[in-house]
Amino acid sequence: MPQIQIPSPLRQYSGKQSSVNVPGTTVGEALAGLVSQHPEMKRHLYNDEGKLRAFVNVYVNDEDMRYLQKEATTLKDGDTISIVPSIAGGY
Amino acid sequence: MATLSEIKPDIAKSEAVLSSDEILRYSRHLIMPEVGMEGQQKLKAAKVLCIGAGGLGSPLALYLGAAGVGTLGIVDFDVVDYTNLQRQIIHTTADVGRKKLDSAADKLKAINPFLNLRTFDTKLTSANALELFREFDIVADGTDNFPTRYLVNDACVLTGKPNVYGSIFRFEGQASVFATEDGPCYRCLYPEPPPPGLVPSCAEGGVLGILPGLVGVIQATETIKLILGQGDSLVGRLLLVDALGMKFRELKLRKNPDCPMCGTHRTITKLIDYEQFCGIRGVEAAPTSPGKAEGTMAEISVEELKKKLDNKEDIFILDVREPHEYQICNLNGHLIPLGDLSKRLGELDASREIVAHCKMGGRSAKAVALLQQAGFKKVSNLTGGITAWAERVDPKMPKY
Repeated sequence: MPQIQIPSPLRQYSGKQSSVNVPGTTVGEALAGLVSQHPEMKRHLYNDEGKLRAFVNVYVNDEDMRYLQKEATTLKDGDTISIVPSIAGGY
Repeated sequence: MATLSEIKPDIAKSEAVLSSDEILRYSRHLIMPEVGMEGQQKLKAAKVLCIGAGGLGSPLALYLGAAGVGTLGIVDFDVVDYTNLQRQIIHTTADVGRKKLDSAADKLKAINPFLNLRTFDTKLTSANALELFREFDIVADGTDNFPTRYLVNDACVLTGKPNVYGSIFRFEGQASVFATEDGPCYRCLYPEPPPPGLVPSCAEGGVLGILPGLVGVIQATETIKLILGQGDSLVGRLLLVDALGMKFRELKLRKNPDCPMCGTHRTITKLIDYEQFCGIRGVEAAPTSPGKAEGTMAEISVEELKKKLDNKEDIFILDVREPHEYQICNLNGHLIPLGDLSKRLGELDASREIVAHCKMGGRSAKAVALLQQAGFKKVSNLTGGITAWAERVDPKMPKY
């Protein structure tokens, strides 16, 4: 089962878990599994049109899924999906 | 991965001759072949601009100054306050109330009298960024908000300066070097900022005090490597720092051919209005803007709330912060953290007047919107949150 790494700004919507295991053979299926387990995550990941938000990047292992097959990217055993939203703090 | 020879700024070492005092000071650099006399002279010739003298800016400026970077510019317009001292290590308790520029300048001059320090007592804006950046070789971004992040990026691309990037939140940090010719820029990574209110700031979400130290020192390291032309830079890589798990991971960054700023068909050729781009008008408006944007948010000031409570009006105070914040200070409100609110609506009585509050008004604005959607009519948001209460109603209440 692929593992999804949850960044700290979104952990309040994943029951404080830093990673979640969800079934899925593609990135899209795994993310759908994540939001069905944790419905409050949905509006933080997707906009009203159901598209992934532009400030949320999704990586399969160390590769940006935008340069793979996006949500259709197939997953194999042991793959890790990382959700990496933009953060701006620093002051 | 871009090699450093492709992106290192063109820094001539010829005119930077070291005095014997400087040779003694930098001896631990000079005896390393990777730095040596040539590298130290490059450092002396280099001009680095730090944006912000805060969490990231503190270690950045301290280490760059100590290392012998010849000219260090700092842009800042803020004043030191007590909440800064947990992480902004260039400032001390005695500096509270002073301009951060003055406080930082004292420390930097004390560490290294050879430093040519240039301070800019201003907010970085679209009107001054290009002119400022042109006077430096490298820009290090230590700011704290999305509009300035995009401004720094765009101004770096337009002036051809590498952007040494770091950002932090709670226990996590990100660092990279956004180069100008060969490497990706910040917009390649994040084409658009989040809508206001969706991503909490450090003031709302907190930050572990050491984290800007970790990430700021990574930025200082990358800056020095760029000047020396040594090693593998973070160009094309995003370093993720997780201080809780103490894990460092890296992700591949690619230059987006469709990037509006640095792609093949550029559509952005000058600086824009970044607050508009990020959907806010001024930082002050940020915490409450999600509700205000819809035009339906009922707001109540701390003075009005005080009056109602003094008049024994039936007010139900809903505190949507986290339990650990409630322990610091509270208004005797009913605590339901924002994240639990949708599941715990049964605890609320829709017939009573509800005033929701958080620390500064951002989370409670979301709570009010959620309650309104759920059919609650008599619900308002405490403008400025418990912080405004502590400032204007009860000065004895601790602020955090």
